[in-house]
Amino acid sequence: MKLVIIDYGAGNIQSIKFAIQRLGFEAVLSHDAEEIRQADKVIFPGVGEASSAMAKLRDTGLDKLIPTLKQPVLGICLGMQLMCKSSEEGNTKGLGIFDLDVVKFPNTVKVPQIGWNQITELQSDLFKGIPENSYIYLVHSFYSPKGEDTIAQSDYALPYSAALQKDNFYGVQFHPEKSSEVGSTILENFLTVI
Amino acid sequence: MLTKRIIPCLDIKDGRTVKGVNFVDLRDAGDPVELAAIYAQEGADELVFLDISATEEKRKTLAELVYHVAETINIPFTVGGGISSVEDVDILLKNGADKVSINSSAVKRPELINELVAKFGSQCIVVAIDAKQIDEQWKVHLVGGKVPTEMDLFEWAKEVEQRGAGEILFTSMDHDGTKNGFANEALAKLSKLVNIPIIASGGAGSIPHFADTFKEGKADAALAASVFHFKEIEIKDLKNELKEEGIPVRI
Repeated sequence: MKLVIIDYGAGNIQSIKFAIQRLGFEAVLSHDAEEIRQADKVIFPGVGEASSAMAKLRDTGLDKLIPTLKQPVLGICLGMQLMCKSSEEGNTKGLGIFDLDVVKFPNTVKVPQIGWNQITELQSDLFKGIPENSYIYLVHSFYSPKGEDTIAQSDYALPYSAALQKDNFYGVQFHPEKSSEVGSTILENFLTVI
Repeated sequence: MLTKRIIPCLDIKDGRTVKGVNFVDLRDAGDPVELAAIYAQEGADELVFLDISATEEKRKTLAELVYHVAETINIPFTVGGGISSVEDVDILLKNGADKVSINSSAVKRPELINELVAKFGSQCIVVAIDAKQIDEQWKVHLVGGKVPTEMDLFEWAKEVEQRGAGEILFTSMDHDGTKNGFANEALAKLSKLVNIPIIASGGAGSIPHFADTFKEGKADAALAASVFHFKEIEIKDLKNELKEEGIPVRI
């Protein structure tokens, strides 16, 4: 299986590469359109600020490429947020794969949300073998509301999308690479079940 | 529900853990990677590595350590100690650190916080503050708490938040090493003042101290070193008791 992690200069991709290695797979880091298109599976990571990450995608033409991919694609954290229609962060237009607008958490709670929260209403093979209320690790100030593409939810100030799916596109707000055994199983599901 | 975090802290010198550890099952008591893996297995929510080495090879040794930790463990970790530039942070994050913590360098040049946040995002920038009460006022201290400043803890915390830091790690020098409990009054005041997560540090000696810092101190996370290293408190027991107290924890 050929696995590509999209490398566009946004965030800590070393951890994802290591998590995949621990599962016994190898991943290639790439921003090359042809290499990404030919991969069996694609991981689209991202941490940091939405508008500058989106600018980096535009500079390399990846903003046009990603929505046309046909193989399973997994967006992680900011990667998932950029797959939505827009983000309030930096007033950013997203890739528009998920018809959802990413907004900031209200200041009734501490922002960013940092730490381990639970996922519920799990509705995809991505969560095969994962019990309801399992703990996952998150760090984020912005969230995607719930919508028809929501396949897992979490609760912080309000219920929001912890994971999304539409056709071959998957997105998780949490960091599976940092979410202990639960996260490893979810990554393994993406690599072997999806 | 978002849970309260338990964070063991490892002091590192020249790539090795400094304070003695009391793990009989550890093959190499000085190997931070092995110790980190054990803590992750025992249910630590996060780890902090504090580098106190002062050699010229420091940067390279720390980067290598970070790489091996990231390769091995599947929980988040923060690296701190002598970080003073955008380049320092870049190297650590590229090698797999999830967050970095800055302390004295931010006090000396507060714009560093803004620069790091702009380049890497708030989520990975922790500002560590060491403070001590002098004449009823909490004063910020530098260089591992050795050098006092005229800065007020609460004013500095507010500024740190406004400059974009994602989290504050507050160590009370008055409580650190006493094993008499955390500085809950100051912590509660901090938590009310700023709207970013606060990690409590300094004073952990028993399980009720952790419960108190979450309940009275309103802390979002609690950090400790020796009680974990010397197995005076097992993370599993700690979390079970916190759960019984009605405090949300990941078990």
